[in-house]
Amino acid sequence: MDPASTVCIRSREEAVIVELAYRLSKGRFNLNVALKLPETGITVLYGHSGCGKTTLLRCVAGLEKEAAGYFSIGDEVWDSPKTKLKPHKRAIGYVFQEPSLFSHLSVKDNLLYGIKRAVHASKQNLDEAISVLGIEHLLEQKTVALSGGEAQRVGIARALALNPKILLFDEPLASLDDDRKREILPFLKRVKRQLSIPMLYVTHAAPEVAMLADHVVVMHEGSVVSSDSLSASLSNEMLPLRLNDEISTVLSGKVIKIDKQWHLACMSIGDQALWIPNNSFKIGNQVRVQVFGKDVSLANSVSKNSFQNVLNAQIVAINEGEHPSQVIVKATVGENAFMVSVTKRALANLGLGVGSRALLQVKSVAIHS
Amino acid sequence: MLSAGDMQALLLTLKLASTVTVILLVFGIPFSWWLARSHSKLTSFLTALVAMPLILPPTVLGFYLLLLLGPEGPIGKVTTQLGIGVFPFTFSGLVIASIIYSLPFTIQPLVSAFEAIPTRTLEVASTLRASAIDAFFSVVLPLSKSGILTAIVLTFAHTVGEFGVILMIGGNIPGETQVVSIQIYDHVESMDYGAAHKLSLIMLIFSFITLTFLQWIRRRRFAFVPVKRR
Repeated sequence: MDPASTVCIRSREEAVIVELAYRLSKGRFNLNVALKLPETGITVLYGHSGCGKTTLLRCVAGLEKEAAGYFSIGDEVWDSPKTKLKPHKRAIGYVFQEPSLFSHLSVKDNLLYGIKRAVHASKQNLDEAISVLGIEHLLEQKTVALSGGEAQRVGIARALALNPKILLFDEPLASLDDDRKREILPFLKRVKRQLSIPMLYVTHAAPEVAMLADHVVVMHEGSVVSSDSLSASLSNEMLPLRLNDEISTVLSGKVIKIDKQWHLACMSIGDQALWIPNNSFKIGNQVRVQVFGKDVSLANSVSKNSFQNVLNAQIVAINEGEHPSQVIVKATVGENAFMVSVTKRALANLGLGVGSRALLQVKSVAIHS
Repeated sequence: MLSAGDMQALLLTLKLASTVTVILLVFGIPFSWWLARSHSKLTSFLTALVAMPLILPPTVLGFYLLLLLGPEGPIGKVTTQLGIGVFPFTFSGLVIASIIYSLPFTIQPLVSAFEAIPTRTLEVASTLRASAIDAFFSVVLPLSKSGILTAIVLTFAHTVGEFGVILMIGGNIPGETQVVSIQIYDHVESMDYGAAHKLSLIMLIFSFITLTFLQWIRRRRFAFVPVKRR
């Protein structure tokens, strides 16, 4: 099982160390939020623009002067009715939407700026941050000479090097074009793998959620709609989280077999297996894939088993779809829940209902690691 | 070459301009920062007040200062009682008058330089553990380098060139209040065109160099350039 998803499941039972609650009114906009967050991994704040996700992040950083609320991390309280720590006293690392490097300093001096001032940061933290983000070759450059992607990597390293207690990302990829996004995402995954601190990540981009999130907080008009692990959010029966308006499932597993001839890799899903395109995986690699509801077909148990990628599943719930002809079927394979959209007629013809065993044929997957 | 009197006038002018520039910078930087960042209603009033010397005839300014600082004026009475004496017709009087007269030339470039610094930049500094004061010295001042340099050059040059205010409040005392512009006026009054030519030429060259230097600052713009997005 993926260590990230292990963390997710565990953290729901264990003591949660980050607690926050904020209220803020700005004209017609009202933020009113109370949350408990997992102690490690990436919590994505997801929602349309104007839903208050960035404002919430700024509250945590202490940048919203008017905000009233509570914030604690471990045994430290940063905001409460009695205290309101200034931003520079908070052990945060903040990555802004645009790179926001100081143009009067070289790349190296930008990185050193925070380290000189932070209490818990050391030269070692800096060296680690530089190597995780792969920016060794940029250190002597002037900031104006960097591309947007490079500048944002420096921005992330600068936040990381502070050895923060919590990392805050405000749509770090939003100002970049698609090529630059692809350039930075692997570095963000590395940051996620190497750090065992909570990270709050604001975005409205579906791929970033599918790729990075362990926990998802969905926000709407200043309030929290749901807060759950990514897999639980996607398979929420009543209100499945839709990424790009699509129902989907995110699966994590280990590569257990490789078929060199056909360029395929086999990943374990509980005690079953799924063949996926081989992106130069090695046996034992952790992979994360996303399966869209439209790419799964449902069959009853008498179908031929000559198909590739057929999983034995149990139907646990059937809910109305978007159109009266449609239903959304939730079927579990081990601990993983698939969401499949089918017509009511097909379901009746197959004679399937809640509790039935069914076969899921997975036609395609999107690989996210 | 220059006569001893001309030399003295030249040095006095430099002394006056340097003193005024230093004092205005020390008070102007924090004041301009406040003016650029504050949302107070006072700012528009103060901005207008600071700009007054730009349009007020120097003689009017000098006249009021003479009244205020003179032995019968409200400030003059206080300074007399404190044993400082009165300011008109002294070097200190010139400094006070020049500070007021050159005020907009310090404040306006500083305010526009400070206004050009995005709030975001200050937020970044604060998330990197810099207090407000720390960020002011480590981020704001370096980023405002060209604005500060412009303010220095303009204030200095403007103080060197003033005439009306000085004539009103300082008169024409050699070594005390007799600056170059007054000296030139004197030379012309006494039909000594040769001496007037020499000093005028020096002022002409000084003005030209100053303006060239200002252009150079504007071209370079130092660190105003935001990060490029490619």
